[in-house]
Amino acid sequence: MVIELLQRLGSNTRDGFTKLGRGTRFLAQTIAGSVSVLPRPRLLLNQMYSVGVLSFLIISISGLFVGMVLGLQGYYILSDFGAEETLGVMVAASLVRELGPVVSALLFAGRAGSALTAEIGLMKATEQLSGMEMMAVDPIKRIISPRFLAGLLSMPLLAALFSTVGILGGQMVGSGLLGVDEGSYWAQMQAKLDFQDDIINGVIKSIVFGFVTTWIALFEGYDSIPTSEGVSRATTRTVVNSAFSILGLDFILTALMFGDD
Amino acid sequence: MDNSDSSQNTLVSVSNLTFSRGNKKIFDDISLNFERGKITAIMGPSGTGKTTLLKLIGGQLCPDKGSVKVDGKNVHVLRRAELYDLRKRMGMLFQSGALLTDMSVYDNVAFPLREHTKLPESMIRSIVLMKLQAVGLRGARHLMPNELSGGMARRIALARAIALDPMMILYDEPFTGQDPISMGVLVHLIKSLNNTLGLTSIIVSHDVHETSAIADYIYVIADGKVVDQGSPEHIRKSSSEWVQQFMNGTADGPVHFHYPAREYVDDLLSAGKRYH
Ligand SMILES: Nc1ncnc2c1ncn2[C@@H]1O[C@H](COP(=O)(O)OP(=O)(O)O)[C@@H](O)[C@H]1O
Ligand SMILES: [Mg+2]
Repeated sequence: MVIELLQRLGSNTRDGFTKLGRGTRFLAQTIAGSVSVLPRPRLLLNQMYSVGVLSFLIISISGLFVGMVLGLQGYYILSDFGAEETLGVMVAASLVRELGPVVSALLFAGRAGSALTAEIGLMKATEQLSGMEMMAVDPIKRIISPRFLAGLLSMPLLAALFSTVGILGGQMVGSGLLGVDEGSYWAQMQAKLDFQDDIINGVIKSIVFGFVTTWIALFEGYDSIPTSEGVSRATTRTVVNSAFSILGLDFILTALMFGDD
Repeated sequence: MDNSDSSQNTLVSVSNLTFSRGNKKIFDDISLNFERGKITAIMGPSGTGKTTLLKLIGGQLCPDKGSVKVDGKNVHVLRRAELYDLRKRMGMLFQSGALLTDMSVYDNVAFPLREHTKLPESMIRSIVLMKLQAVGLRGARHLMPNELSGGMARRIALARAIALDPMMILYDEPFTGQDPISMGVLVHLIKSLNNTLGLTSIIVSHDVHETSAIADYIYVIADGKVVDQGSPEHIRKSSSEWVQQFMNGTADGPVHFHYPAREYVDDLLSAGKRYH
């Protein structure tokens, strides 16, 4: 019983490590292949367009609602201290530092990441990737690398969209509904938000999340068992593993960025 | 077969090839030769490793032992760039067609040309239309792969496979799952392309009649070995009982109808006592 459990644990650990090894190799090939995307910007633009279109609506609507909720909650707390003028700072800092990068990355993983995994997995299952190899076209360079770059570049843009819409949502609720002075909402925000500490760090976070999520999504698709069940499992793994990675990395990055001052 | 003497005419030679998947030996010291300009068929039941053999020839899999030479080059010692150069000269028709589903028929056929040549679009257009005309589907160029029937998809894949004017084509089960008319069209197409374009064709199939109608030479494989080889007439008159069963499609013979199992009566009586 115990021995069986240990054996299972051992073999799971080993499988985990070999998968990590394959994933790292895959990442190295993908990054190396990205060089060959540069002379063909169309490949990249097409992918950015499809990733963007997939995520645009869900990101802006979610951003709006998160911003509105922040406006409400912030107002209730701040007005206790008579500090409702600083609502803009609270909303903007929460969004730019945390919620923008994190929530948009989670949504990105659920919407675009799962779609990437399914797409690549199905291309594998229907022998499109093998077919390309036999046509002397490297599927990593032609299929994977453009999608990787597109994910990497789209994520900060989507996070910025999320934060921007969220700040507007907070303002709508704060000054539109609850009567916070509109001028101080914006003025306080401009005065207190720090370009380096807040904005740059937020962008760095979203680049890291975009990198990890796109890597996971593409690798799970490429490494999936080429059957309908295999692809569906891979899609689930993309969403779950991305969520864990995003939240775990967020903690680490936050500790590193905002820890000592 | 004497290699030194036939090497002039041999395009592909598989020598003493052994390949396993897990514990299962799929090929056990197998040797095959494919002559230039001829249609050579490899026949055998499903799961004997016919697709695997094509992937070994195309360099997508590596043998455990032995070698595969294509046009004098040992496929599995080539560097990646050399292997890719060799693959540009071989077309492969996958069982599923393997068309790129996000592109139209036209773009699928243009794909290898756009990837490997710097030809202007006007030239690519002429070549694509020529190749589509050769498979009789010039009119279908605006369709998407999901709008094609199985037979049409295979013909489009064939047009794509000949886009770069290869020296040979590997066909994986070209006839399987086709209606009689598509089947006839494909049989005719494979034969005529082979002759008019001076190709070398390797067909892997378990469709006995269609394949033996156009093949110049046939290998029958089973259990990792060549069971018999020769012209279609020779194979039809084969002295091997196994080959007779395969060619005539009889249900029982050296290959049993039943998957190996313990005695039927024992199995029934033991129900409930043990697991299954
Ligand atoms: N990717 C794979 N992993 C493990 N075993 C495989 C794989 N592909 C095929 N096989 C096994 O190899 C054997 C030969 O397969 P295949 O070459 O597809 O046969 P055929 O094309 O003659 O039907 C089969 O027993 C199959 O189960
Ligand atoms: Mg097969």
